[in-house]
Amino acid sequence: MPLIMIIYYILTICIIGLVVWNFAREKKNIQDLILYLLVLIPLLLRIIRVK
Amino acid sequence: MARMWIVKGILVALFLAMIMVGGTELYRHRHFDVPVVAGPGVTKVSVLSDYCPALKGTMADTAVFFLEGKDKGGKVLLMANTHANEPEGLLAALIIIENAIVEKGTLIVIPEFNHSASRNTRPGDGYPLYYEIKTEWGKKKFRMGNRDASPLDQWPDPDVYIHYPDRQLLSFIDARNTNRTWPGRLNGPRMEKVTFAAMEIMRREKIDVAIDIHGAETMFPVTNCIVAPEKSQKIATMAALTVKAREGFDNHVEPSPAGFRGLSHREIGDFSDTLPFLLEAPIPFLDQPTGPKTVNLLLDGKDPFLLSLSQKKKLFVPYDESGWPLEKRVGQHCSVALEIMRQFSNKTPERAIVAQGIPRYADIVGNGVGYYFHDPKKAQKDKIYLGL
Repeated sequence: MPLIMIIYYILTICIIGLVVWNFAREKKNIQDLILYLLVLIPLLLRIIRVK
Repeated sequence: MARMWIVKGILVALFLAMIMVGGTELYRHRHFDVPVVAGPGVTKVSVLSDYCPALKGTMADTAVFFLEGKDKGGKVLLMANTHANEPEGLLAALIIIENAIVEKGTLIVIPEFNHSASRNTRPGDGYPLYYEIKTEWGKKKFRMGNRDASPLDQWPDPDVYIHYPDRQLLSFIDARNTNRTWPGRLNGPRMEKVTFAAMEIMRREKIDVAIDIHGAETMFPVTNCIVAPEKSQKIATMAALTVKAREGFDNHVEPSPAGFRGLSHREIGDFSDTLPFLLEAPIPFLDQPTGPKTVNLLLDGKDPFLLSLSQKKKLFVPYDESGWPLEKRVGQHCSVALEIMRQFSNKTPERAIVAQGIPRYADIVGNGVGYYFHDPKKAQKDKIYLGL
């Protein structure tokens, strides 16, 4: 795997971490919770090398 | 507080279920193998990484079938699935691999040139994941691919793709399009390595003729044609005239534009001694103003919106209620490829290529595409190739 691709995978993991952190900290807004999960779909599919 | 955690738990469960269901289908598609039965004419099977070791172990590596004749002669390289959402090329290549016997010269076939793209899909456009071809022994199932390689195999995309070596600015997506990355380079992005490997085949094997098989929209002017640069145009013109006179279908010649870089019909000719040809057959499935992108549309090419546009003279090919079925598209490719080989052989008899067993247009239209595929269950195990 080329270095640039490894860096992008690391960036993706960092963004997933931020989104999950925000999801866990959210206390009121259910719409925001759904939004966090929708944002996670492409990131997670890329990390598990499905799409 | 506790209520919020219950809501979060339900949402996460729904999210994971969605990922599992959708993701499993995509994973299965990427790892689905189409068995190919090597016919009696196949003498050797190599891989692209033999010509570019950096491709070894990647999804971009793919099988290269050699059909060598007893007598020495010329050499032809046939590439299909450069764009993996144009399946008529793949099917024509597989018909040749399963049925052709070369008597003189060598025929080299790469049925899935952009192998990564064949394991990619375009869910946003509603592409089907698979299509099936009826055969005498059941249905043969194929993956429906995408135009470009999967980002899983080449990521990230650049903001603008700078073509090598001309430095022409192309669309970012063309970095994954193996008909924009010619002539390629050894240390470039993975799709440039794929085209570099093909150039290496042409240089090492001393290929005379390279044929790149495609499909194009009915609303696109460069459709139903042979695209050829200056040095291939005489042979292309003779092939177009002959199939029109003898077999009754149109396939005009389009000149390869010198200012548009990265295309096989331009760069192969400019960077090697090989004569390049790119074949286009109309594929209504790729047109934008159609109904749903169904398997039926892919196979029979019938669409009411295109029919209406045809009546308004907005298409570049004749189009009626019969659509533009797969049999016609595959048949055209086989006949035109055969005719290019014949015309080249007439012009340079010392480098002639003579092949038997390849059906022509009328045969494929009459018998169907599936008629020429062999049952992998009845074939010898050492003749079956997976991973395509």
